[in-house]
Amino acid sequence: MSGYFILAILGLAFILTFQIAKASEYVSVLKGEEKSFKQNNRINAFLMIVFLVLGLAGAWWCNELFYNKTLLAQPAASDHGEKIDFMLILTIAVTGLVFLLTQILLFWFAYKYQFSERRTVYYFPHNNKLELIWTVVPAIFLTLLVGLGLFYWFKITGDAPKDAQIVEITGKQFNWMMRYPGKDNILGRKNYRLTDASNGNALGVDWEDGASHDDIEATEMHLVVGKSVQLVINAQDVIHDVGLVHFRLKMDAVPGIPTTLWFTPLYTTAQMKEITGNKEFVYEISCDQICGSGHYSMRGVIIVETQEEYDAWLASKKPQYLTVKEAATPTPAPADSTAAVSVLNASKPLAQLK
Amino acid sequence: MSSETITLGQAVAEVHSHGSHDAHGHDHHHEESFLSKYIFCTDHKMIGKQFLITGIIWAIIGGLFSVLFRLQLGYPEATFPFLEDLFGKWAAGGRISNEFYYALVTMHGTILVFFVLTAGLSGTFANILIPLQIGARDMASGFLNMLSYWFFFGASVVMFASLFIQTGPASGGWTVYPPLSALGQASEGSKLGMDFWLISMALFIVSSLLGGLNYISTILNLRTKGLSMTRLPLTMWAIFFTAVLGVLSFPVLLSGAVLLLFDRNLGTSFFLSEIVVKGEILPNEGGSAILFQHLFWFLGHPEVYIILLPAMGMVSEILSVNSRKPIFGYLAMVGSMFAICILAFLVWAHHMFVTGLNPFLGAFFVLLTLLIAVPSAIKVFNWITTLWKGNVRFTPGMLFAIGFVSLFISGGLTGIFLGNSTLDIHLHDTYFVVAHFHIVMGVASFFGMFAGVYHWFPKMYSRFLNNTMAYIHFWVTFVGAYLIFWPMHYAGLAGMPRRYTDWSNWQSFNMFADMNRFISTVAMIVFAVQLLFVFNFFYSIFKGRKVTSKNPWGANTLEWTTPITPGHGNWPGDVPEVHRWAYDYGKDGREFIPQTEPIGANESKH
Ligand code: HEM
Ligand SMILES: [Cu+2]
Ligand SMILES: [Cu+2]
Repeated sequence: MSGYFILAILGLAFILTFQIAKASEYVSVLKGEEKSFKQNNRINAFLMIVFLVLGLAGAWWCNELFYNKTLLAQPAASDHGEKIDFMLILTIAVTGLVFLLTQILLFWFAYKYQFSERRTVYYFPHNNKLELIWTVVPAIFLTLLVGLGLFYWFKITGDAPKDAQIVEITGKQFNWMMRYPGKDNILGRKNYRLTDASNGNALGVDWEDGASHDDIEATEMHLVVGKSVQLVINAQDVIHDVGLVHFRLKMDAVPGIPTTLWFTPLYTTAQMKEITGNKEFVYEISCDQICGSGHYSMRGVIIVETQEEYDAWLASKKPQYLTVKEAATPTPAPADSTAAVSVLNASKPLAQLK
Repeated sequence: MSSETITLGQAVAEVHSHGSHDAHGHDHHHEESFLSKYIFCTDHKMIGKQFLITGIIWAIIGGLFSVLFRLQLGYPEATFPFLEDLFGKWAAGGRISNEFYYALVTMHGTILVFFVLTAGLSGTFANILIPLQIGARDMASGFLNMLSYWFFFGASVVMFASLFIQTGPASGGWTVYPPLSALGQASEGSKLGMDFWLISMALFIVSSLLGGLNYISTILNLRTKGLSMTRLPLTMWAIFFTAVLGVLSFPVLLSGAVLLLFDRNLGTSFFLSEIVVKGEILPNEGGSAILFQHLFWFLGHPEVYIILLPAMGMVSEILSVNSRKPIFGYLAMVGSMFAICILAFLVWAHHMFVTGLNPFLGAFFVLLTLLIAVPSAIKVFNWITTLWKGNVRFTPGMLFAIGFVSLFISGGLTGIFLGNSTLDIHLHDTYFVVAHFHIVMGVASFFGMFAGVYHWFPKMYSRFLNNTMAYIHFWVTFVGAYLIFWPMHYAGLAGMPRRYTDWSNWQSFNMFADMNRFISTVAMIVFAVQLLFVFNFFYSIFKGRKVTSKNPWGANTLEWTTPITPGHGNWPGDVPEVHRWAYDYGKDGREFIPQTEPIGANESKH
């Protein structure tokens, strides 16, 4: 019912606008086009200045409203993130100045040089000096931004420290799965053809590889504060993206092409609760690459904790190999392992770092 | 579409009744049938109108889709029973389903980027303006030109049909990345709808190529006597570069589309490798999903300039005419468009910084991307200087041109963030990107298009659009565009991901519900005002104030030397000769000096 009401109002508004528009056209013909042109011109010129002033005020107000909801209001939770935040502030400052300068000039000139019968325009087709200035000055600023940007870029994308912890994260529609390399710090080999979620092998780990026997699988990611971590990122079905907002990082998860990403978490989850004043705070992993109808719900959680907490958590987990073995006992499922052997030749040593 | 043909038919009937028919060399159009006059017409003005009106229809559809998905984003808790009445299972319980949401977003992007701002913008103004502004009787090949429209029409039919198939249209985003778009198991929209999308796009590419080749050869070969390249109006330069971009980059998208069709239907593995989807282990190995992204963005980035350059050209022209002052730095304007055109081919991987791209390679793309900011800055400063010490008339076209410059600045500056790979790691695929590309490409190009429509409507239909409605249209759209897209930057700086139907389950992103409601409300108002424009457009074709002089804006270019309603062949007598550049406004105390006027004996040099 209220829908029809709104439609009726809209329709009325439409007709009203149209009538006014038509009437003003008649009036302008009666009054003389010249005169109504001048009147309209003055109104629009004035609105240019109004727009400039209200627009700048509005931008400031918008900043008041939303600044505290952005990540700029809280420290970056990783070392890379700190660099990115610095770049961000710098870029905001530089572009902000240019923004103010150009928008003010644009609307101010439009207003100031509005039509007047008395004005004779200045025939000014070009001026090499001016044009050189505004080619060179932006070029210099951009060189600075590129230089600093690339300096950070190579730091961020460079090799992870030797002692970095390794965690594998795999995306599928619509959740994340983690794997830890266990004591040997080597992730066991995988072969996607072995994937068999109903038999405890959702990741397609090749149990023939001894390195896989101590690997631990989990649905949450646990990291140690202050300790570098290297993520090995996979996808099973379509492209996903490991989005780590608080760390200011993200990296695509591409089927068939493992990617990596490394960083050092700076604050534990508990510390972040204090810093943000949000008792519910949790590090979230968002999927940042459209991956199907559940894309918006593909959420993962990271818990950053102290070394002791981490060790305790790890100790509480049983390697997936053992879980699978126990489920399969007493017979060690010979059919399964022959199948595994037969595809072994085709398998590639994926994600076998070090 | 029948109502459209009727509209066009009547419009053209008028054109024909006024136009002097036989004063020129062509004689192929005597005793035209309805079909040859209105449907299989090879007259460039008619084809331009066909592109424009088809574009308007698509814009209404694409805009309506954004209103629908904004309902979901702004009011995630609410139910709208009328949606279920309209869309059945897609909006069961009055809620837009996830599949439906993604289908709407995908179609919104596809329609607006390709059908409205590529075909609707370039197709319209290239066709209408090229022969008129270079002094030609028609395009180099009227027949290819007609085919170009009808291939576009075919693409439109296929895309429109895909909206009605049972599993819905494509829904993997307008970028259609495989494997999502390759695997029917992965998403409803990747079933039949995706084949329709690819076929439609293939037809569309053929249309673009036919049009583009025609535009290029016409501009190069059919210029009237005295009109050297350096005397061309900037609109012509812009359309020329646009066509070059399209001709060189669209074929690459075609290859991507064809390979994707093969992967989908013939069992090839160009883009597929080691996939387990919904528990099913696929045999494909050795392909690369990233390869498709290279093919897509090799077109995709030039595409944003294909959309933007014609708008820039028209804005340059309109700013100069209505400032009554020459465009500042004509050669720099041409040079910067040339630089943009070259660089546009060398930056595509800036869309792929976080795909695992080699960081060393990425560094080159950062450098080349930020290099584009230099010619862009030159253009902005030149536009502003064009206003300086001018005598500005705020015609509706001029208002939209000024709005364009403002939006281009706002959206261009955020490009400096995104082109810097270090920042892109953080901002990629967040609402910051949505804000960026809507402002700089979506809204700005729309403003260029509106400016063009308001400015050349008198040439197209011999009538004016209603000014009052035009002013309302401009101010509401201009303010609305900033209200919609400016706050999105903040959501982006909070890392809020795009292409989400709902953020309420996220600790990190659920604090923007108010903002989303506000944006959705403004979007609906802005959409309603676009309908006002559409009404103004069709109403004025028939009832608008009549144009009474050949040159209502006091402009220098050749189109204003044709009769008020030009017929086939455009000029009743000989095509005029050109003696000067297009921008002698305010020279030697004269308000304007048309291009056809010979250089006076004691005229000052510039
Ligand atoms: C009232 C005007 C508009 C509104 C409110 C609007 C809103 C939006 C929003 C919110 C999205 C992101 C949806 C999501 O990622 O979940 C989107 C996507 C998009 N829009 Fe618009 N839009 C408008 C006009 C335009 C115009 C004029 C263009 C023309 C270029 C355009 C092109 C796109 C594209 C290319 C996408 C990306 C689609 C995809 O992700 O596949 N939009 N729009
Ligand atoms: Cu995902
Ligand atoms: Cu790009």
